[in-house]
Amino acid sequence: MKELVVLSGKGGTGKTSIVASFAALAQSKVLADCDVDAADLQLVLQPNMRVNHEFWSGQVAVIDEEKCTQCGLCQDLCRFGAINDFRVDPVSCEGCGFCFHICPDEAIIMKENMSGHWFVSDTKYGSLVHARLGIAQENSGKLVALVRQQARGIAEGDRLDYIISDGPPGIGCPVISSLSGADLALLVTEPTQSGIHDLERVLDVCRHFGIPALVCINKYDINEDNSREIEDYCLGQGLAVVAKIPFDNVFTEAIVNGVPVVEHGQDRVTKEIESLWHRISQALR
Amino acid sequence: MWSQDGEGMIISVASGKGGTGKTLVATSLALSLKGRVKVQLLDCDVEEPNAHLFLRPVITQIEPVCISVPTVDMKTCNYCGKCAEVCVYHAIAVVPKHVLTFLELCHGCGACSYLCPEKAIAEEGREIGIVESGHSDGMNFAHGKLNVGEAMAPPVIRKVKEFANNDGAVIIDVPPGTSCPVVESVKDSDFCVLVTEPTPFGLNDLVLAVETVRQLKIPCGVLVNRAGVGDGKVEEYCQKEGIPILLTIPLDTEIARLYSRGITLVAGIPTWKDDFTRLFEKIGDIVHERAGGPKR
Repeated sequence: MKELVVLSGKGGTGKTSIVASFAALAQSKVLADCDVDAADLQLVLQPNMRVNHEFWSGQVAVIDEEKCTQCGLCQDLCRFGAINDFRVDPVSCEGCGFCFHICPDEAIIMKENMSGHWFVSDTKYGSLVHARLGIAQENSGKLVALVRQQARGIAEGDRLDYIISDGPPGIGCPVISSLSGADLALLVTEPTQSGIHDLERVLDVCRHFGIPALVCINKYDINEDNSREIEDYCLGQGLAVVAKIPFDNVFTEAIVNGVPVVEHGQDRVTKEIESLWHRISQALR
Repeated sequence: MWSQDGEGMIISVASGKGGTGKTLVATSLALSLKGRVKVQLLDCDVEEPNAHLFLRPVITQIEPVCISVPTVDMKTCNYCGKCAEVCVYHAIAVVPKHVLTFLELCHGCGACSYLCPEKAIAEEGREIGIVESGHSDGMNFAHGKLNVGEAMAPPVIRKVKEFANNDGAVIIDVPPGTSCPVVESVKDSDFCVLVTEPTPFGLNDLVLAVETVRQLKIPCGVLVNRAGVGDGKVEEYCQKEGIPILLTIPLDTEIARLYSRGITLVAGIPTWKDDFTRLFEKIGDIVHERAGGPKR
């Protein structure tokens, strides 16, 4: 069993459209949506939810007003600026418990925090593990780890060949959590100055964690000079560019229709994504 | 507090979904205000900062961002285990005759050093990123860069926001998503512009972004980018929720081409400057009205 994670650094380069297409093209796989902040894969895979669990993670401090003598020690010591006027702002509180330990009046309690939900759904392409982080919550990395762990469990139980993960944008906590220990990263970029800059950063993260990477240039024809710059850069880095997908409104139409773009019928785009999946499955052997 | 010429007003530009045009909007809004009010752009997308690619600022100052992590004096330590007991991040462990620290897990809360009965724990700074500041054509600029391999963006974002001027308009470019880096970037703003695109992905993530800014009690308005693709559901949603659509930017290959080359919309097509100036005025009216003042 092999795990592929699709990343990009920059948002909006087409990760989810490509993962949804792989869902339609790959045999024997489980899908994982690791963008738990803003999960979109379910919008094109039309899932039927089978399992819905609460995700409890971390704690938040709460001050008992009756016991609090307003000595102010907690406010002085909190490094996160989470306590003002003898009240804890749950959004700023990082749940470290420092205040709980030092309060001379034992007026602070730590409450368990429900920080989201995770789901297992059936789709016509196989099982999808996805999640929704609560609004303004922390611990996205832990929720991503849970999504991957569940996907792995399904893949092992059903003896599936692939875990295909839709990763989050950026390079921080949830990206590291999506990437560590995966077999291969596909980096989806676009020929813009931002796309190139962000590709370089996310590639550095892959290297930092020792994960091999392949590159796909999406919308390559919106700026062919930039696309050549990306190809030259990748060549210099010993990195294979495994697909160049043309810009086509069929991507948006497919999203509006709630189907993977390869099932929306545009030969040029479909062929390129089929060839991309072929090259990835070869690389995962 | 905000005054009529935009003094002290903080406007954040967020989206939920990535790649909808936050940086395009933030840079063009900032450039349109230049000469009218003192303006500053803070790029809080410290994982993938891009505003500098468009503004090409002169960087005059580079500061490291450090979090305070423990160092244990093994001569004083008696292995009582208190530090490991209080650390919720599992960043410190006590084994027979030794203390192990896992500094990449440490949030820098300071509990272990304060609570050590032997006072055996000191703190030292561990760099997780940098903040670069300077100016771009008369505009103040600062952005953060999270070091590769580091997980925690919020401390870098907090440091970028320390550079905020309080005598001008501050435009904040926010990272995508809805979790802690977004909250850290958006909080304390007077207004949040939510940039979206009229597709099911754009709408899904806009709804999440609206919930986030509402939880933070920050007024918001929507900017629809790439209008003409997709469907009309974003407009329907905004109407139903009473969220103003402040500006619409059409799907246009010329705009996409400028963006791909790192050219801001107002530099490439100067007529857009008026649209962004009006966007700023609309925001000013909403903020002013909310603060109880009369409409200008």
